[in-house]
Amino acid sequence: MKIFVPRDAAARAVGADKVAAALVDEARRQGLDIQIVRTGSRGLFWLEPMIEVETPAGRIAFGPVVTRDVTALVTCRFDRSHPLCVGRPEDIPFLKRQTRITFARCGIIDPLSLDDYRMHGGWSGLERARNLRPAKILEEVTKSGLRGRGGAGFPTGIKWKTVADTAADQKYIVCNADEGDSGTYADRMIMEGDPFLLIEGMAIAGLAVGATKGYVYIRSEYPDAVRVMQRAVALSPIDGFDIEIRVGAGAYVCGEETSLLESLEGKRGQVRAKPPLPAHKGLFGKPTVINNLISLATVPWILAHGGEAYAALGMGRSRGTMPIQLAGNIKHGGLFEAAFGLTLGEIVDDIGGGTFSGRAARAVQVGGPLGAYFPRALFDTPFDYEAFAAKDGLIGHGGVVVFDDTVDMAQQARFALEFCAIESCGKCTPCRLGSTRGVETMDKIIRGQRTTANLELIADLCQTMKFGSLCALGGFTPYPVMSAIKHFPEDFTRSLRVAAE
Amino acid sequence: MAAWIEAQASEILQRHSGREGALLPILHDVQAAFGHVPAEAVPFIAQALNLSRAEVHGVVSFYHDFRRAPAGRHVLKLCRAEACQSMKGAEFAEQVLKRFSLDWGGTTPDGRLTVEATYCLGLCACAPSAMLDGEPMARLTPAAIDDIAHEVGR
Repeated sequence: MKIFVPRDAAARAVGADKVAAALVDEARRQGLDIQIVRTGSRGLFWLEPMIEVETPAGRIAFGPVVTRDVTALVTCRFDRSHPLCVGRPEDIPFLKRQTRITFARCGIIDPLSLDDYRMHGGWSGLERARNLRPAKILEEVTKSGLRGRGGAGFPTGIKWKTVADTAADQKYIVCNADEGDSGTYADRMIMEGDPFLLIEGMAIAGLAVGATKGYVYIRSEYPDAVRVMQRAVALSPIDGFDIEIRVGAGAYVCGEETSLLESLEGKRGQVRAKPPLPAHKGLFGKPTVINNLISLATVPWILAHGGEAYAALGMGRSRGTMPIQLAGNIKHGGLFEAAFGLTLGEIVDDIGGGTFSGRAARAVQVGGPLGAYFPRALFDTPFDYEAFAAKDGLIGHGGVVVFDDTVDMAQQARFALEFCAIESCGKCTPCRLGSTRGVETMDKIIRGQRTTANLELIADLCQTMKFGSLCALGGFTPYPVMSAIKHFPEDFTRSLRVAAE
Repeated sequence: MAAWIEAQASEILQRHSGREGALLPILHDVQAAFGHVPAEAVPFIAQALNLSRAEVHGVVSFYHDFRRAPAGRHVLKLCRAEACQSMKGAEFAEQVLKRFSLDWGGTTPDGRLTVEATYCLGLCACAPSAMLDGEPMARLTPAAIDDIAHEVGR
């Protein structure tokens, strides 16, 4: 009997390793022959640890399983009548409603099995790319409408073409796997659940632009992902394209592309002024494709199925699918890959099932610590780069963090500024000083000191940070701050009201 | 953790020779070997990589991960980012610090435990989360504090 148990860090964090060990012990005790296969996660995290048992009718899932459930599960031979049985995973509405393109294999295969990877369609994008001229590969990626999934949303095809058109003796492909935004874990899931997919995507990028060397820069907070990727690179059968795994050192700002390049060069992770663009002068001064992990991991599908098939999904200028990551105070937290265009309300209330606490969802931060807080009044906003920008927000890397009505938005605004102060690289003044002055001013507001004047000061400061900072850290910190003030003003004037009473 | 041993540091540098932009991988290995980046390492690495001491010091001091003094035998990293905040992560962290009478970044007097802040471990759908000696922990409730105490022997 084959039993699939995730090895994803989030599944391990809630006991998957213990469950796997207990299954082996109990099966031995009962004389049942089982084989455990460690997979990635399907991304239905409220059901983790979710184990799947192979049956003639396909896989049957049970979750969330804890060690004390194991004896009963083995005793009943994983019968569908067990209360933890959730049926076929593909029939669970959360999974059934998705359009899994980038995450098609995640949670299904043994991440380090080359046989599994090939059997589930792996390498077909690269094989097609090998038979195409570089210009044709670029055309497919451009036609797909794929845009940078790190948050900036820059068209991937144009970025690649710039590098392809720049002559140099050495070019690089750099994967930005410095996934530091709170509420996001899509990159981590691919690295831990389908690492060859990233390798395939980087190799295709190499063919398209004429690069033979790639780096994957993974944050140090992801030790599991680092281990799996290192192993995958060692197992990779690809010739003519070398990949090296590099590990960050706890600096959030290194998720910014030029800062990441500095870090890869062995320097302080300080941002570079642009121009020159990394596509012209990137890593070690050479033309460099630097893409978010999800962008690269989506390219194999685009090559295998054609750019037009990918572009057929989505809305407006946001083509294809986005892995939406539901997090925080949410009943059904997990990864939901879907075509662009779902509204925020559908995502939070319908797919996510509302809050975990059962209280009203009051604020939703979309796009990480630099993303805006959305109130219920804006729940009709469709998930799309332009639609979010039109509401003074951003979709970023697709993180959706839900807060219930116990949240104090003045504290959240303060935290956004504090986080910027902690993580600022220090190169530009608006970010380095503005963040600290912002925390001090916000503290005065929270204490009720000259509230109106200090709120004006914050607005002025945010204006300076937004337009005067070198990169998105200082430039986007105003989003959570100003959205909190705009949509939840009552949380900033509490002390005024207390005084009046 | 080990005191500065030049031979060991030489061996680390040897391992990375010829590598492009090797400073971060070297510092990670030095910290893995010695538990921190000892002061002696700075001029030693600078010399080997043909950098100034200031440049190496600048890198060591820029990144949150690199320590200039050893940590406790166990390191607990508690997530303080938004997803964990939304699930009462701040209250959980406060209870942990209180239990071990520590402030952020502090180490217990017996050297058993250091508690540090981290900003996101990517376990955001199972908040609040933490990492103990590199092992992920999530859906933390006050009961988990006893498990942590047991694990670190306090």
